[in-house]
Amino acid sequence: MDVNQKFTPQNWPQHAETATMEGKNKFVGIWIFLASDTVLFASVFATYLALKDQGPAGMEFSAQGLFELPLAFMMTMLLLTSSLTSVYAMYHMKNHNAKGVITWMAITVLLGLGFLALEIYEFQHYVHIGFGYTQSAFSSAFFTLVGTHGLHVIIGLVWITGLILRNAKRGLTLYNAPKFFAASIYWHFIDVVWVFIFTVVYLMGVLG
Amino acid sequence: MSSVAKKKGFGGHIWDYLTTVDHKKIAILYLAAGTLFFAIAGFEALLIRVQLMIPNNDFISAGLFNELLTMHGTTMLFLAATPLLFAFMNAIVPLQIGARDVAFPFLNALGFWLFFFGAVFLHLSFFLGGAPDAGWTSYASLSLYSPGHGIDFYVLGLQISGAGTLISGINFIVTIITMRAPGMTFMRMPLFTWTSLVSSTLILFAFPPLTAGLFLMLVDRMFGANFFDHTMGGNTIIWEHLFWIFGHPEVYILVLPAFGLFSEIIPVFARKRLFGYSSMVFATILIGFLGFMVWAHHMFTVGLGATANAIFAVATMAIAVPTGMKVFNWILTIWGGSIKVTVPMLYALGFIPSFVAGGVTGVMQAAAPLDYQLHDSYFIVAHFHYVIVGGIVTALFGSAHFYWPIMFNRALNEKLGVLTFWIFFIGFHLTFFLQHFLGLMGMPRRVFTYMADQGWDTFNFISSIGALMMGLGVILLVINVLISIKTPPLNRRDYWGDGRSLEWALETPLPFYNFKQLPLVRGYDPYWIEKEEGNKEGMVYAEPMGDIHMPNNSILPFIMSIGTFIAAFGALYSPWGDQAKAGTAESVSPGLSLALLIGGLGLTVLCMITRSVKDDYGYHVHKEEVEQVEKELAEFRAKGGKR
Repeated sequence: MDVNQKFTPQNWPQHAETATMEGKNKFVGIWIFLASDTVLFASVFATYLALKDQGPAGMEFSAQGLFELPLAFMMTMLLLTSSLTSVYAMYHMKNHNAKGVITWMAITVLLGLGFLALEIYEFQHYVHIGFGYTQSAFSSAFFTLVGTHGLHVIIGLVWITGLILRNAKRGLTLYNAPKFFAASIYWHFIDVVWVFIFTVVYLMGVLG
Repeated sequence: MSSVAKKKGFGGHIWDYLTTVDHKKIAILYLAAGTLFFAIAGFEALLIRVQLMIPNNDFISAGLFNELLTMHGTTMLFLAATPLLFAFMNAIVPLQIGARDVAFPFLNALGFWLFFFGAVFLHLSFFLGGAPDAGWTSYASLSLYSPGHGIDFYVLGLQISGAGTLISGINFIVTIITMRAPGMTFMRMPLFTWTSLVSSTLILFAFPPLTAGLFLMLVDRMFGANFFDHTMGGNTIIWEHLFWIFGHPEVYILVLPAFGLFSEIIPVFARKRLFGYSSMVFATILIGFLGFMVWAHHMFTVGLGATANAIFAVATMAIAVPTGMKVFNWILTIWGGSIKVTVPMLYALGFIPSFVAGGVTGVMQAAAPLDYQLHDSYFIVAHFHYVIVGGIVTALFGSAHFYWPIMFNRALNEKLGVLTFWIFFIGFHLTFFLQHFLGLMGMPRRVFTYMADQGWDTFNFISSIGALMMGLGVILLVINVLISIKTPPLNRRDYWGDGRSLEWALETPLPFYNFKQLPLVRGYDPYWIEKEEGNKEGMVYAEPMGDIHMPNNSILPFIMSIGTFIAAFGALYSPWGDQAKAGTAESVSPGLSLALLIGGLGLTVLCMITRSVKDDYGYHVHKEEVEQVEKELAEFRAKGGKR
């Protein structure tokens, strides 16, 4: 199939993301990549659990005293909602509605930015009260785990923003549809990882 | 766009290889780079053996000895064995499944250049203040306090080359899943393709823990984090777990493709279908799965407790079952065959007993109580060299002879090959067989010298003689390669006359698109089936002649890798590092360090943005051009390979 063929909603394929060989490769490739990214996060999670509340003798910080659920809850809501809006974008992709895709992807980026702003505020707050990256094994493990997720969010935001800017005016083709689809799968993955961080770091942290 | 017609100058060739995305050329790049690092690491091994030849030797100092043994292990595993296997995977797997290229040609090139620049970065350590010296395992309790930048080179170099390996692994998995020719079902795939798939899957799951571990080590040493520092609440055992969760599967990442290569060689020269194909596939998958369940057998003496040790001991012993299945299948393939003992077959015949010996000593160490006795002794050194040299290096040498005709349209000399095999094979057993007994007599590994008259002198001397023989064998192989350049081109298909899988159906030299029409695969051993039915054309085709879609070349992978290379220097000379603060390692100003880090990574990100903003549709080779290329190739072959 010609990747630059102009489509209408009537002849747009049911699965535009896998209609070409390149699209199919991207689709399988992103899933395979996420499998390996899962193991990366598993390694950092295990490290965090091993080093939770560990520090130099007489350390004043503990997960129970440090973390606050309201902020973490707000971050969770922002990120979960952004996952939903990226689903809306994919819904519009199925109907060959380019404007819908761009709009909902842009809203996804805004929500992601909101999440990131809260995370930066949170980190800055911890550093301010003396819980810096080098303060203890616990602090190193916490910032590495949550920071690795934050880095993934930044990469996702740059990726999706790039896609929006590049494709804002040229409509949906079989060339860019797989790109949007791969980015949205990646974004869901980030969301799922955050659910685990919320549970393991914040909920289990506060509950002790 | 024809691969034959265009004449290029020397610069043109260099540019061609810097920008290539053709799996056949990337295979040659991997082969060349892998051979270079194999030679370097081999030379380091010879220096080690010369030092240990006689007791109380002062040929090299203790510090240099530590650097040599670290770099020998690290280089051999990450920078020699892995790329050499990738060379064959790149060259052969797309041909075996009937594909015109890999799924992600751009990523394939990126994987190579990342590996290459990571490897170069690691080796620059020799010139910039000392190589890593904490062993290839680089246990945190040692490496955290190693002065100088050696460990930093290790961490950053492996981080970069590991990223390249992971990218290549993903590429191979997707290629094998999506790019198979019509009729090439999973259970018709040749065993080398199967083992490449499973091995790539192991890369997929094993390299992230290494990435995580290396990152923790990086921030601990260079940015003041506290993962492994017990005074700050850290735990040094975390490194050991993360490293071995990667490190044990790594062994299978290397040995599975080697199994696959022998599973290709043996049926061709026994002239019999591979015995027990489906059990071979099953055993491969089972080894891959169990490979992840056994990492703590490297840590029996850490003190994880009797229960953990028992579980990991049993799991380790269980791996012997699928491996044993494979060994019996190879033997039963040879059994009753019409055997031709060529050089590749010689390596295969040498491989079976050598590898079994390495496997048996492995099961011995799986018994945790015995491992307490054998741990850190020369018995371990003997064991893993039997597995790696007896299993992987024999596979690499054997398949170099086996696949040279496809990769270079030349054959390696058989007589010289036989001589090389015997010198290398005898040297190998001479070197490592006696080390079992040195270990049992109590000689610890990683010592730079030993006292005389402990009963170790003769065995160490003989062992060193064996190592020199192995070195001679490698030199002979290189001479064989150089001689082959001057031999006339083969210009034929099926060099060995008994090829069974798709790669032998193609006439060399291969056109850049491999198959002018995609082949129709009618069963396991598709080319053998066609030959049996008297098909002189090679294959029957699944499609009429038509336009062929091919990917564009790109320089971006090369520049992206340079970006990470620059950034690595920024991290290395970080003024916030423990060693920099202690004054035991050079550092630069915070501004320069950050500038290098941000500038290097920025260059990489800029390339990524360029790649994603600039549309790349590839190009179409039109039907007429394909016919033209095929005509030119036919004339080229008719003239005996002269242009």
